[in-house]
Amino acid sequence: MKAIKTLLFYALVVVIVVQAVFPFYYAIITSFKSGTAIFQVDYWPTAISFDNYTRVLSSGSFLRNIGNSLFVATTVVVLSLILAVTAAYALSRIPFRGRGLLLITILSVSMFPQIAVLAGLFEMIRAAGLYNSLFSLVFAYMIFTLPFTVWVLTTFMRDLPVEIEEAAIVDGAGPWTIITKVFLPLLWPALVTTGLLAFISAWNEFLFALTFISNNDQRTVPVAIALLSGATEFETPWGNIMAASVIVTVPLIVLVLIFQRKIVAGLTAGAVKG
Amino acid sequence: MAGPVSRNSELGRQRVRAAWGFLTPMLLVLALAAGWPLARTIWFSFTDARLSGLDEASWVGVLNYVEYLDYGDGEGEYFGLLADPSWWAAVWNTLRFALISVTLETLFGLIIALVLNASFPGRGLVRAAVLVPWAIPTIVSAKMWAWMMHDQFGILNDMGLALGLIDAPIAWTASPDTAMIAVIIVDVWKTTPFMALLILAGLQLVPSDIYEAARIDGVHPVKVFFRITLPLIRPAIMVAVIFRALDALRVFDLVYVLTPNNDRTRTMSVFAQENLFQFDKFAYGSAASTLLFVVIALMVILTITLGRMDLEGRRS
Repeated sequence: MKAIKTLLFYALVVVIVVQAVFPFYYAIITSFKSGTAIFQVDYWPTAISFDNYTRVLSSGSFLRNIGNSLFVATTVVVLSLILAVTAAYALSRIPFRGRGLLLITILSVSMFPQIAVLAGLFEMIRAAGLYNSLFSLVFAYMIFTLPFTVWVLTTFMRDLPVEIEEAAIVDGAGPWTIITKVFLPLLWPALVTTGLLAFISAWNEFLFALTFISNNDQRTVPVAIALLSGATEFETPWGNIMAASVIVTVPLIVLVLIFQRKIVAGLTAGAVKG
Repeated sequence: MAGPVSRNSELGRQRVRAAWGFLTPMLLVLALAAGWPLARTIWFSFTDARLSGLDEASWVGVLNYVEYLDYGDGEGEYFGLLADPSWWAAVWNTLRFALISVTLETLFGLIIALVLNASFPGRGLVRAAVLVPWAIPTIVSAKMWAWMMHDQFGILNDMGLALGLIDAPIAWTASPDTAMIAVIIVDVWKTTPFMALLILAGLQLVPSDIYEAARIDGVHPVKVFFRITLPLIRPAIMVAVIFRALDALRVFDLVYVLTPNNDRTRTMSVFAQENLFQFDKFAYGSAASTLLFVVIALMVILTITLGRMDLEGRRS
């Protein structure tokens, strides 16, 4: 009886693992096929050809698209972290009237449907001459990275003991010194986690990137992959799409697996502790 | 938290001033990136704005939402968003998608969380594997699955035929009958890990001596699950469900890429985006955006009031 139970348990574990990794595994083996081999359904790797990779990287503007995504996501993360650390300090360590209301407002903004601001943002971006510019995305992405980083850093900072600040205050340190000298060294793990999560959401964003950029050279990776087209309108270049997908996904998976414990902590800090 | 310094002392007032100094840049950015655009979207929904001439938009009242055209002799017809069957189809699609996918994600997430909460050799590897779908960008997931669901060369049809589950290949993403199923499959695959991780975090907060006591008393494991575990992790599940539901209601990218131009899957966000930027009905699209915002805002308000979240920053 116990043996059957153990067997069933491990069968369940196998099902969970296979369903989770199979689609990506299949994308990888597809990306290594060339020519008409791609139209043959295979469950195991049959050939290793880099044709799709060289074609994706050499033709069009895919390398530029990767650069664009890196630029946008990095800038967004750095800006939101700078704004969020000081704001989170104020929200978590200094009691003032209206703090609760402010936190509710920030939380609500993080639940905003992006579509609700799309029309207004489009008008602003066109008026500012930022249409087709990567800075339009840097600005627009603040709407979801900023509330998230503020919220997570606030929950993190408010759990730090009062004592660490007291000594600094007694010594006459001002708030700015307290943030940079006392909190920043303690915050590094939280900054890495929230920064990584914000980076991933900026890297993956699609709606704004689709709407505010219409020029192939300025596009970010998700839109570039979604719009990859073949020689003719009716021919979808599946090999290229899979190669492009693998290229942009492998670094993300590696990052997530390295930081997996911290990511789980970061995700739950935003939600469960709320 | 009271903080190390009293609010009313000179030092306390100094700190409050510093707090507002720190908050102002962040609030300014949020006001510019969220507040103002939202207000403009709502305003546009009451105008006749067109994509080509946003500056010439003028006020038309609620005509984008509802308009009655009187044909005389007591006959007439309603126009506008609230009388538009394709809008209501989008509303229905969105609700159906959100309800089914969040239910399945909660169920599968709970199962995976329970498995990951048990101790067995290789647990770390399994948890890493479970995280993979979460790490893959939505657009990439949509493309990967679109290829697996390809009507002629897709591996899903190959498996189905080999196992005798289907008689003929299915055009998963194109056929009206299966398009919504395809979208739900991909969404469930992609976001179950998030659900599982949040529920797992809740499970790990349950003190182990409770299980120990139940085991000594000889309580059946199924009973332990329904009487002890489930009530204790209910708050964690509720939070996860609310987060996912809000996310599902605004879904855009997955639907847009996996099943383009499909009446059976077009969600409220897709409907709004198409009207705004493809059909040159900017005001109409703004009205759709505004309605979606109202729906989600009501849900958020409900959540925050009912959830009694600890927003004052006090330590519980």
